[in-house]
Amino acid sequence: MDFPVSLILPHRINLKVMAEEKHHITSYKTYTLILVLLISLTFLSVAITQIELSRWATVAALLLAGVKSTFVLLIFMHLKFDQRIFRIMAGLILLLVIVVIIFTMLDFLFR
Amino acid sequence: MSEKTKKDAYKSYLDETGGRKGIFKWILSTDHKRIGLLYLYSIMGWFFIGVVLGVLMKLELIAPGQTIMGAQAYNATFTVHGVIMIFLIVIPGLPAVFGNFLLPLQIGAPDVAFPKLNLFSWYIYVFGSILVVSSLFAGGGPPDTGWTFYAPYSFKTGTNMLPAVLGAFVLGFSSILTGLNFIVTIHRMRAPGMTWMKMPLFPWTIYGTGWIQLLATPVVGITLLMVIGERIFNIGFFDPAKGGDPILYQHLFWIYSHPAVYIMILPAMGAISEIIPTFAKKTIYGYRAIVISTMAIAFVGYFVWGHHMFTSGMSGTALFTFSLLTFIVAIPSAIKVFNWVSTMYQGSISTEVPFLWAASFIFVFLVGGLTGLVLGALATDVHVHDTAFVVGHFHFIVFGGTGFAFFGALHYWFPKIYGRMYDKSWARTGWVIFLIGFIGLYGPMFYLGMKGMPRRYFDYLPEYHGPNILSSFGALIMVTGFIIIVINLINSARSGKKAEANPWGGTNLEWQVPSPPSLLNFDEIPTIDKAPYKYD
Amino acid sequence: MSYVHRDDTGSKMAMWLFIFTELLLFGGLFITYAVYRYLHPEAFHLAGQELDVTIGTINTVILLISSATIAMSITAIQQKKKKLSLFLIGTTIVLALIFLVNKYFEWGAKFEHGIFPGSEYLDQLGYGDTLFFGLYFFMTGLHAFHIIIGMAVLGFMFYFVKIDRLTHDNFQLLENGGLYWHLVDLIWIFLFPLFYLIA
Repeated sequence: MDFPVSLILPHRINLKVMAEEKHHITSYKTYTLILVLLISLTFLSVAITQIELSRWATVAALLLAGVKSTFVLLIFMHLKFDQRIFRIMAGLILLLVIVVIIFTMLDFLFR
Repeated sequence: MSEKTKKDAYKSYLDETGGRKGIFKWILSTDHKRIGLLYLYSIMGWFFIGVVLGVLMKLELIAPGQTIMGAQAYNATFTVHGVIMIFLIVIPGLPAVFGNFLLPLQIGAPDVAFPKLNLFSWYIYVFGSILVVSSLFAGGGPPDTGWTFYAPYSFKTGTNMLPAVLGAFVLGFSSILTGLNFIVTIHRMRAPGMTWMKMPLFPWTIYGTGWIQLLATPVVGITLLMVIGERIFNIGFFDPAKGGDPILYQHLFWIYSHPAVYIMILPAMGAISEIIPTFAKKTIYGYRAIVISTMAIAFVGYFVWGHHMFTSGMSGTALFTFSLLTFIVAIPSAIKVFNWVSTMYQGSISTEVPFLWAASFIFVFLVGGLTGLVLGALATDVHVHDTAFVVGHFHFIVFGGTGFAFFGALHYWFPKIYGRMYDKSWARTGWVIFLIGFIGLYGPMFYLGMKGMPRRYFDYLPEYHGPNILSSFGALIMVTGFIIIVINLINSARSGKKAEANPWGGTNLEWQVPSPPSLLNFDEIPTIDKAPYKYD
Repeated sequence: MSYVHRDDTGSKMAMWLFIFTELLLFGGLFITYAVYRYLHPEAFHLAGQELDVTIGTINTVILLISSATIAMSITAIQQKKKKLSLFLIGTTIVLALIFLVNKYFEWGAKFEHGIFPGSEYLDQLGYGDTLFFGLYFFMTGLHAFHIIIGMAVLGFMFYFVKIDRLTHDNFQLLENGGLYWHLVDLIWIFLFPLFYLIA
């Protein structure tokens, strides 16, 4: 095990920090555009559920919620511009929650 | 060995005061090593209480009819015994004690990512555990629902549920924050050159465990909150009288509590993976397979919870799915057992006490795991569910698994932690007596369960008497062994022979620093250029 | 004494991990909702009509705007526009307050009609209504609790920016605070259709 000579701790860690890329800066315009999109989707979901689609209304509303969330996650929460590990983590956890809900419903759906 | 530029500046972490005196040296320290020991001492303290409750149960069960307590007292005893053992001992146990002490050392870091958060996690642990133990003395009587707090009884019982439920809720935060801390530590603070696949296996298990602590605990958190809501506001989530479904409670409870057992066993497996190569003087067999198995157990472990509910009234589809996945999740565990044994094969075995614990771990874990398959198969489960068979199963796999690994880890890393060696003769004696007592205590339970003796009953039919006597005596023998072990370790920590940096000839980073380590672990952060467990 | 270093990515990762715990926390309640909605479709449909879609929509829009403002506050601080950043953080907090005020009136109206957890009136209405409103109060209540925490967190961020503890090249804490706020928004994005749009 080789110990490199005289590398002092804090400097090594700060080197890592300094080597990190300058943060991506999202423009006000982008945020505003996404906001307008999100509000439109909100109104769309209200409108769509006024129509008598019965349980498809729920599916539609949830799908739209999913789309809205995706924009919030990717743009507002910066996942699109961050390192890949964050997208991987978020994706896997989303998958986990969905599977757990499905498995629970396997009981109630088939009683 | 490389030269240390400032050898005379070495100071054991135990001699660092941080400018503080007495107990404040400890309870205000953010040194991961001291925090690991804080957890060790608090956990051991509560463990004594849990053991006393267990012994009381075995005394009651030594003969049919009421022996030392009636039904209500017995119900309260097994409840608090369970809550203490599960939430205060085996869930925090290995991660909080050895994860804290060893993780930074093994990955070449000076501490964890968030040392202050680490100390805060311990404070939360203490607060939560005091709440739980206080339930023994609470007005209205200690809880009598079983550690599983099943609804609707858990919100209808007149006993005082709040301290125990609230305590478990608070403890959850300690677990979550510890997992969070460890995940970030492993992602961000591995020494240069230590790629993921060069990281030793114990940190890998701490990583998988961290994710379970992080993701599963909130589910039981919200469930306990809902139970408190039921008790106070009568909301109706789990109350059939209001349209609620008690089985939903079981789903929500076990969605956490099954992954929780992987919190218990993964670091245990990690410790075994550390111990065996050292005492076989041989590199671990199938490093990659063990890594994949670790992550597979963590992942698949989320999807098997229904096997605790086979007789509850779930749909056939759910029954089938959960049983199938339960069998699948057993496979990576079996792979690990195979690999540990293969590591020993043609190795140069040294039967030091840590190895004895590891070898006996494999035996009891096998018994526990295989009996788990009996429970995981639908047809056989119907016969043994809620019998003593289950009690035997989980004590073999949890106490046998996590417990034996804990003792093994304690003896293995003892010289590193305290800079002293324990008395090997007493340690060996303690182990033998403990093992015999353990098998005597829990072995008969499989027989009793198959013969139909229910669990959580203070009384039983006369035909079950014989094996129960054996079991209760096993308990007394086991406790004797335990006392020997503990006294030996306490004495040795104070006045054992001074230990060197690497008494066992281990290969990983923790053995490359002095025993005990200095405050920041390394004079210089090492650069890693070879895989772990490399023996020439 | 402890070892101190700065690691922005690690700090961000810690925040994301915490967000995941919150997702699982609410996840348990979403599971409960899914089960009881499946078991009592008609009752949930009817009970949903008791909720005011207009207020719900306004609140949704308020939270979306607040998400945008806190996101913009990070852009502002990156551009060294301290005053603008402070203004945007402050706006976010004010919007949160408005949301809570709306909630207060919504809940108040329900209480006046005898609709609250464990109420006799709900018992009379039947299982579906009891479960729907039980979930409604529990979930929006837990959410509101998180809004209050969020306001406190953002309050701290406001202060840190003000005293220059957070600057254009050291603002990870603000970003983390923003992440927490977006989480609060995300949860509401799902609560809204599930409770208000099932009529």
